[in-house]
Amino acid sequence: MNKDNTNSATPHSSTLINVEQLTRYYDGEKSSDVSNGQRKAAVDNISFEVRRGEVLGFLGPNGAGKSTTMRMITGNLAPSHGRIFINGIDILDHPKRAKAHIGFLPEQPPVYRELSVDEYLQFCARINRIPRHKQATAVETAKQRCGLTDVNRRLIGNLSKGYQQRVGIAQAIIHLPAVVVLDEPTVGLDPIQIREIRHLIRDLSQDHGIILSTHILSEVQATCDRVQIINQGRLILNDSIDGLTRHMQTSRLLLRTTNAANIEILRRIDGVEAVNVLAEGGCLIQHYPETNPAPAIAQATVEHQWQLLELSPQRRSLEDIFVDITTNEPPGETHAEAHSAGAHKETPQKNPNNTINTNNTTQGVNI
Amino acid sequence: MVFTLAMHELRSMFLSPLAWVVLAVITALNAYFFLLYVDLYLQLQPRLAAAANGPGITDIVVAPLFSTAATVLLLVTPLLTMRLISEERRNQTLSLLMSAPISMSEIILGKFLGVFSFVLIMLAFVALMPLSLLAGGSLDIGLWASGLLGLILLLASFCSIGLYISTLTNQPTVAAIGTFGVLLLLWIINLAGLTGSGGGEVLSYLSLLSHYQPLLRGVFSSTDVFYYLLLTGSCLALSIRRLDADRLQH
Repeated sequence: MNKDNTNSATPHSSTLINVEQLTRYYDGEKSSDVSNGQRKAAVDNISFEVRRGEVLGFLGPNGAGKSTTMRMITGNLAPSHGRIFINGIDILDHPKRAKAHIGFLPEQPPVYRELSVDEYLQFCARINRIPRHKQATAVETAKQRCGLTDVNRRLIGNLSKGYQQRVGIAQAIIHLPAVVVLDEPTVGLDPIQIREIRHLIRDLSQDHGIILSTHILSEVQATCDRVQIINQGRLILNDSIDGLTRHMQTSRLLLRTTNAANIEILRRIDGVEAVNVLAEGGCLIQHYPETNPAPAIAQATVEHQWQLLELSPQRRSLEDIFVDITTNEPPGETHAEAHSAGAHKETPQKNPNNTINTNNTTQGVNI
Repeated sequence: MVFTLAMHELRSMFLSPLAWVVLAVITALNAYFFLLYVDLYLQLQPRLAAAANGPGITDIVVAPLFSTAATVLLLVTPLLTMRLISEERRNQTLSLLMSAPISMSEIILGKFLGVFSFVLIMLAFVALMPLSLLAGGSLDIGLWASGLLGLILLLASFCSIGLYISTLTNQPTVAAIGTFGVLLLLWIINLAGLTGSGGGEVLSYLSLLSHYQPLLRGVFSSTDVFYYLLLTGSCLALSIRRLDADRLQH
């Protein structure tokens, strides 16, 4: 209704979700701990955007704040600070208008067990204000997309967990919302259903913006365009899948030789950043990503007769990155380190990618 | 939207056996009381005919019937209202309504109207019983209507109190016991007024019963009507606020 307002809220017309400095404290923390200046936040100052046609994966250990964030985006919880724009509409100022653009599947599918699939979806169509003459088509389409056409008249309570999950997804997409938020959509599904749901998500992403949360890392790689890792309420990684793949192709080489290699010689090779001797023999060579010193190392090995056993690039899995980020990272240091490249270089092998953010590049490059 | 939610609520009540059982038991009990009062009237009839200005059949059958119906419904309403919000919370289906483009007021009003229309169905059976006497005689329709209005208003306040207590918890049984306690307390709070000690009048004024009895006698006072409307309205407003508080920081 307010055109200017809408425009100012959306820098790009294709931005469907815009979250600014979202914070929510745990219940009861706000009043009691305010004097200490140390309030515990379930979600701490998170900002991000989701554009049309994008699937954003939300990763994080249990209790990291994924669900809280999603519940705030969908208007189920009110944030302590920060603003949320859905399709350019502030959800706190105009909840009804904003919610018309949201489909939400919570962790547990919000289904009425005593209703049949048809009755339930019809009710969902009504409460999402789909015009009366379009309701039947909407129900039909949602059922088809989620593979529910053969359980029309079954009671939801009698369906398997997988089917209930699908009913939950059907409910979230029935009104073709601009934004679909799915909290762990593939939990409880069998592998075939998981593939179907992934397919459905990719399908939906053509004209919707999707946020999904998951523990399953391979799922992120399979379905998402962008990944955000959240830990203890903080956003510690925000990257595209391509960028993440680049982080996984690491800038480390493993060198194993029969005779112990001379570290000094290795250090002097062009492009080598640091050399670590491993306890189990061999050494780990950290190099700058733009150069590959492998040929030079091989040559040095031959020249000094160390007798080469192995020289291989170390590939880090998404699991490694995830575990690294979520366990080694004392929250609060991320930002400091991102801006002080010097401090980072002194301890490169300890934790090379504390804050990886390709948009914000000081150090995202040298992983 | 309110109507959609109310219809959904009503339908899902009838999908569970609870609604049918409640309807059957309540109607059977009320029918028994009805027959008892009719029997009483038949015994008293010769004496009443002799009295010049004695009570009629409406006074002897309808008013007591509505009075006992109110007591019976007081016991049953908590069972109907207990699951309204608490069960949705427990099954985590509330987020379906929360993320749909519906306001909290619409949710609460829809829930209220849903359960209230079920109560109206029950009341319809009670109200029809005395009307059957029209087949063999005449009734004081004004008195009947006044009593029915009282019963409807009373039940509206029962439902709204039950709805509010249901928003406070996520355990239906806790809501049921809580509602029962509050309703019974409000019902008998005027007993304190009978002892004649200080504050008795206030307590008696607060009682649900003391505003119902005049209507049963055919005394229509806007004070009594407003009492029930105010009570119902405040409980609905409190429920909306309570539901909204789920989202907020505490």
